[in-house]
Amino acid sequence: MNPVFYILAALTIGGGLAAMLLKHLIHAALAVTVAFAGLALLFLQLDAQFAGFAQILIYIGAVAILIVFAILLTHGAELPKGGVFSKSWLVGLVIAAGVFAVLAWAILQSIRALPQQAAAPVVTVHDIGNALVGRYVLPLEIVALLLTAATIGAVIVAMHEKAVQK
Amino acid sequence: MTGFASPLTGYLLVAALLFAIGLAGALVRRNAIMVLIGIELMLNAANLNFIAFWRYGPHPEALTGMMFAIFSIAVAAAEAAVGLGLVIAIYRHTGTTELDKINRMKG
Amino acid sequence: MQATMTFTPGSAPSVIVQNLWLIPALPIVASGVMALLKQSRRKLASGLAIGSLSVSLLLSLIAFARVVGQWAAGSVTRETISFTWLQFGSATVDLGWVLDPLAAIMLVMVSFVGLLIFIYSVGYMAHDENFTRFFCFLSLFAGAMLGVVISNSILLLFMCWELVGLTSYLLIGFWYQKPSAAAAAKKALITTRVGDIFFFLGIVWLFSQTGTLLFYNHGVGSLEGLNLANLLPAHGGLGLSAAGAIGLLIFAGAVGKSGQLPLHVWLPDAMEGPTPVSALIHAATMVAAGVFLIARVYPLMQIGAAPGGTTASLTVVAWIGSVTAVFAALIAVAQNDIKRILAYSTVSQLGYMMAGLGLGGVAVGMFHLITHAFFKALLFLGAGSVIHGCHEEQDIRRMGGLRVDMPLTFATYGIGMLALCGFPIVFSGFWSKDGILEAAKHSAAIKGPFFLLVFGALLTAFYMTRQVCYVFFGYWRGHGTAHESPRVMTTPLAILAFFAMALGAIGTPAWPWFHAFLENRAATLDMHAFGELGFLALLGTSSLVVFLGLGLGWWLYGNKSPKPEAPDALEQSAPWLWTPLRDKLYLDEFYGATFVAFYAWWARVADWFDRRIWGGIVSLVAWLFGLWAKLNRALDVYWVDGSFDKTCEELSNGGGLLARVQSGLVQNYLRILAVAVVALAAILLWSSRP
Repeated sequence: MNPVFYILAALTIGGGLAAMLLKHLIHAALAVTVAFAGLALLFLQLDAQFAGFAQILIYIGAVAILIVFAILLTHGAELPKGGVFSKSWLVGLVIAAGVFAVLAWAILQSIRALPQQAAAPVVTVHDIGNALVGRYVLPLEIVALLLTAATIGAVIVAMHEKAVQK
Repeated sequence: MTGFASPLTGYLLVAALLFAIGLAGALVRRNAIMVLIGIELMLNAANLNFIAFWRYGPHPEALTGMMFAIFSIAVAAAEAAVGLGLVIAIYRHTGTTELDKINRMKG
Repeated sequence: MQATMTFTPGSAPSVIVQNLWLIPALPIVASGVMALLKQSRRKLASGLAIGSLSVSLLLSLIAFARVVGQWAAGSVTRETISFTWLQFGSATVDLGWVLDPLAAIMLVMVSFVGLLIFIYSVGYMAHDENFTRFFCFLSLFAGAMLGVVISNSILLLFMCWELVGLTSYLLIGFWYQKPSAAAAAKKALITTRVGDIFFFLGIVWLFSQTGTLLFYNHGVGSLEGLNLANLLPAHGGLGLSAAGAIGLLIFAGAVGKSGQLPLHVWLPDAMEGPTPVSALIHAATMVAAGVFLIARVYPLMQIGAAPGGTTASLTVVAWIGSVTAVFAALIAVAQNDIKRILAYSTVSQLGYMMAGLGLGGVAVGMFHLITHAFFKALLFLGAGSVIHGCHEEQDIRRMGGLRVDMPLTFATYGIGMLALCGFPIVFSGFWSKDGILEAAKHSAAIKGPFFLLVFGALLTAFYMTRQVCYVFFGYWRGHGTAHESPRVMTTPLAILAFFAMALGAIGTPAWPWFHAFLENRAATLDMHAFGELGFLALLGTSSLVVFLGLGLGWWLYGNKSPKPEAPDALEQSAPWLWTPLRDKLYLDEFYGATFVAFYAWWARVADWFDRRIWGGIVSLVAWLFGLWAKLNRALDVYWVDGSFDKTCEELSNGGGLLARVQSGLVQNYLRILAVAVVALAAILLWSSRP
């Protein structure tokens, strides 16, 4: 295995862990940004350049900012009195561990079926564009619709609140 | 960890671990925004899975995995927007973002 | 002396015989109608009663005329009509009626005397508020008595017999508010019941022995031909033949109904009923039913007698009759109630009738029955008139001098009294009593009764004279003033008085029409019958006895009227004799101490048994049921209810538990989702292993 892979994996997992464990919300948001970045690099490592840059643009550029805005707007910087973890954190942990166990077991069981080293595919933006308007035109349109609805919905939710408050 | 049978295994394990971490966070943290962050992590782990399988799968030129990941990113962004908007709305309504206290839908 | 009666077998019954059933049916139907009337419809009630009995009288006269016509023509036919009521396999229960001389005479007597008494009752009961009920019962009685008379089936006779007893009970206890009347009615019913039990045993025995219930049935009846003859060799226990035993059992029934010793105790107490009741039932008709019964089954009692001899059953009849005659006459001497004296007199005269039957045959006994019916009814109605006139006073010591205040009553009463005593020649009682005395004298087998009967005649004259002296002679000792009774009451008295004298003519030895009629032989007017020496001596003896009694009575009581509180003349002279006689020779007390006391004790035992043992068992069963019910309830409450309630509770709790899943906390939902996904994934992966 590529040693780069291990570094990037450690970065991503570390970022994720930090995000889940940190008490301060802003710190958690920044940690998750690091995780996003690690993932983007992993995408690049997997020769999915478009996906990697899309990840950087959207997740780090939009979602992370959004999260920070939300934290700021909900006064998340103030630490709650009862602690950040719920009272039954062990149950949640056990469930997550169970999920990981099942997945890991499935992965390790199917080692023999997995293919070996394959040649790196060459993917150009041109190909992606063709695929988008060719084979995947329907999902494209639907996603467009979805984005429109989400935009309108978010605006309404925020605006509605304002109207009620007034 | 020395020498996976295939590099795919490593990526899959990372994805699984990330997914589990995201799930743990979503189940354990009290703040609604932390739950959303956990969900974003889960989605990202799924994206990683897709890309990994695309790269080491049978027909990478079909671009199936890549497309799936791209659309997933787009949907995740929309969902994050709406979800965070809702959290803010709830914060305005009830004055708190702690999930323990938001149980008006109690049965 | 006892002629055998032969009857020519008849062909088809005549119209009157076919409708003979109307004679008892009409009064019974009238009674039924009256039972439904309101008490205020008095005229309608009395009209119905008198009307129905008049029609019965008319039909009886027609029947009588028919039989007399047949007799005059020389051949009397006994006409019967029978029908089957029930059938058990080969045995049948038959009912039916018969018309023969015995029945014809009784029909006329019962309906005629009954009619006169009905008319008398209209006046006597005019002030009573239960007028309608009285006539309802009277009519029922008349119908039942007529039924007894014409019955050809011994079962039908028994049914009417019981009905007669029932109406007697109802009428004795007519004024039921009086405890003494209610007690007397009960006593009458129970005492006659004792006799009726034996009667019924006799019926059953007769039926089982002969196979038929009918008396006369074209040669196969129980009193005819082979059936009768077969009763003789059959054994009846105690050395008697079946005929003798059955005869005695049936006589036991007659003893109860006709008030013979030892079952006579109810008759004097029966005077608690209204006077017309005493006259009709306890003088003329019902008590005569016993005598009539013996006359009816006479072939049964007579069979097996050697010529000139007699049977065991007839001997018993004669002795009981004679002893009763003297016994009752002795008690009558010391009584102070006007009706009670007459009651004991009736018992005594019934004894005479029984003795006549036993000693002289059907005709002798029946003749005295007929004459007695008229003069005893006359005496009772006269007593009723006296009581009415003395403002309901019944004690003879508080009467007196009534021959001035109530002349018509006095005249008729005197005629009746002389007829009862047997005053010679012009009074019917003389001839009928003389016939009995003659039969007693000539009886070869039974000797004692003659002397008893003569003594009885002496006593009869004595006590009747005593009564008449107390009531009609001397001076008035009662309260208020006495007055004569209205015409509706005195007219029947006059009619009866006439017959009390005239009936003697048909029974004299010179022209024994009555006897000949009954025995189906020709009657010839033969004055030479008087010439028999023995007969004249007997006539003289009985006349002497009567005069002696009358004289003795007049001497002791005459025109004197002792104060009510003063002791009786006889009591003064012979108190040792007076007291037991006045106390009815302690027979009632004897019964009370023995039978009644035993019965009361037995009733107490049965009551204890009933309450403790049977009641205890019932209570135990009830308690067990209660226990069972409690057990069921416990099961129900704790087990069924409990389990049901528990189930509902658990369901509710379960629901509560399940509801807790809906916590409203999103993270919990998420956790559950995650668990489900894990489980699903695990299952899928596990199942797709290679």
